[in-house]
Amino acid sequence: MKASDQTRLLREMIFFRRFEERSFEAYMERKIGGFLHLYSGQEAVATGVLEMARCGHDYVITGYRDHVHAIKAGAPAREVMAELYGKETGSSRGRGGSMHIFDPTVNFMGGYALVGQPFPLAAGLAMACKLKKTDQIAICFLGDGANNQGTFHETLNMASVWKLPVLFVCENNLYAIGTRIDRSTAVRDQYKRAAAYNMESSQHDGQDIDTVMKAARSAIHHVRGGNGPYFIEFLTYRQRGHSMSDSNAYRSKEEEREWAERDPIKLYGERLKAAGRLTDADIAQIEKSVQDEIENDVIRFAEESPEPRVEDLTKYCLDDNPNPQWIGPLRGDQHG
Amino acid sequence: MAEIAYWEAIRRAHDEELANDPLVIAMGEDIGVAGGTYKATSGLYQKYGPERIIDTPISENSYTGIGIGASMAGVRPIIEIMSINFALLALDTLINAAAKIRYMSGGRVSCPIVMRTPGGTAHQLAAQHSARLARMFMSTAGLRVVTPRGPLDAYGMLKSAVRCNDPVIIIEHESMYNMRGEVPDQEFFRPLEGAEVVRAGSDITLIGYNYSVHLCLAAAAKLASMGVSAEVIDLRALKPIDRDTIRRSVEKTHKVVIAEEDEAAVGVGAEIISVITEECFFALDAQPVRVHAADVPVPYNRQLEKAAIPNADDVLAAALKVLGRA
Ligand SMILES: Cc1ncc(C[n+]2csc(CCOP(=O)(O)OP(=O)(O)O)c2C)c(N)n1
Ligand SMILES: [Mg+2]
Repeated sequence: MKASDQTRLLREMIFFRRFEERSFEAYMERKIGGFLHLYSGQEAVATGVLEMARCGHDYVITGYRDHVHAIKAGAPAREVMAELYGKETGSSRGRGGSMHIFDPTVNFMGGYALVGQPFPLAAGLAMACKLKKTDQIAICFLGDGANNQGTFHETLNMASVWKLPVLFVCENNLYAIGTRIDRSTAVRDQYKRAAAYNMESSQHDGQDIDTVMKAARSAIHHVRGGNGPYFIEFLTYRQRGHSMSDSNAYRSKEEEREWAERDPIKLYGERLKAAGRLTDADIAQIEKSVQDEIENDVIRFAEESPEPRVEDLTKYCLDDNPNPQWIGPLRGDQHG
Repeated sequence: MAEIAYWEAIRRAHDEELANDPLVIAMGEDIGVAGGTYKATSGLYQKYGPERIIDTPISENSYTGIGIGASMAGVRPIIEIMSINFALLALDTLINAAAKIRYMSGGRVSCPIVMRTPGGTAHQLAAQHSARLARMFMSTAGLRVVTPRGPLDAYGMLKSAVRCNDPVIIIEHESMYNMRGEVPDQEFFRPLEGAEVVRAGSDITLIGYNYSVHLCLAAAAKLASMGVSAEVIDLRALKPIDRDTIRRSVEKTHKVVIAEEDEAAVGVGAEIISVITEECFFALDAQPVRVHAADVPVPYNRQLEKAAIPNADDVLAAALKVLGRA
């Protein structure tokens, strides 16, 4: 990989971290409401996998921890932040919020709050690619907890039977809210569960972006090559609580410290420094420029954008310009 | 103009829409090789192949979700769920996903799916195969719900539903698939909104939807022989409800009976009475009466089943009560 790409990737991860931490601050100022699930600590997974995908071309879908996936897929960060602020300029026009970021212009097909619901939606997107005979694939990011939903089993089965071009990315951060995986799940290594559906699968370190990219490249190659779905598991860890009101009381400080040692940004920064690609001063400069971009562009755009108009409350519920031939009203000449 | 069965009308609509657009697909349990539980997709597998006529495993929630996901990328799936009872398993993807995606994406992503399913009691299928449940869908923002009463609407509404950009739930009926009716030979569409006055009258309004329209029509025929002129309205769509047609009729007849095959609570009749109360309360000469199922799981025993489900005589009795002739 070119040095400039490596620097860009590091900057992206630093940007994603700052985006999340800054939205935490905005939440504390009550500028953001609802639930807010931050991705801090897991950046290498979405960044690495989507670096290997064709963003804007491939479909990407995930759960509620979706800001970073959306931005890496190509959604403008300022629109994602405006969505968190509930503004009309937001990715979902302020109707969705943090958990429901959509940007179909880059084929980012949403964040969903129902744990496990994106599994079938992803397989459906893949089915569409197959029907249209394009070389697109669908990439579905979900947590370890989602694998205990029926949709996991039902969808993996169908995706496998129908050889759909879908990549399931399991971000195993060891917890589903406060329940540690071994207390809820009979099989700890999630990739093994895909074998029950005759699906190729593998498990990797999710903290090291180079490892993530290498694994994702071959998984994506498999899926795009028409060989059916692939289930890829990354071991990772979220640094913050599940959502805003989480005290993290269910996990030890020692465990948190161990994983902090393997912070993906820190690991990658050190690697680039050791290789002589970057200096501490370069990294400080990146951090400064990220900070400026977030304040001067992302936050500013969100703050200054207008709220949706209350008169538009029911807009977007159904097709706002339906063809009267399909909808009605019933006319006398319609074979009544 | 040919007289065809309800299932043939559905099959014809499938066939034409599949031929019209390569991104129209059909999916469901046993719809392909087996031809469909009610034959509504028979022969289509042979004609359009396994990629478009998709036999699914018994995974209602996820195959519905797969249809929804495909629709988000431009595919127009017609999803069959073998019985509305089984649609309960797909409520997450139907209600939490299909109904809400358009809104929560700020109108940027739509889900043009059609979900067809038979509701209603047939003959002694017992509690787990006799649910009606229309009320569950009609109370969900973001869905359209239609209830074709015969082959004409079964054909024309399915065609419109496929082309409409919103998720459409089509509630059919186990006892109607063999019902016959005239359907013009040339292609046509029937709108997804608007109630229909299927029999004009001036003394009382009988309101039904789906199968219960036929109970109303039978009751109206008996009333006619008693010198009473009953107007019969087929709601056709349960979401959105056509308030104007209801109001116009009640303002004319001043008396209403609503026939539903479902249990009464929080149901279609309750909703219609609310509409009437809001639209034209002072036009009423008598309190409206609902004819509905007994508040029990549907029994197996033939006599008990009959007692649990309303019939045309129940509608007649209700009408006579409203008319003060009981
Ligand atoms: C169907 C459903 N059940 C429960 C919840 C509440 N809930 C939200 S997130 C979550 C944990 C999910 O954990 P995991 O899939 O591992 O994802 P992570 O949050 O760790 O990224 C739960 C139980 C929900 N949103 N949806
Ligand atoms: Mg988790």
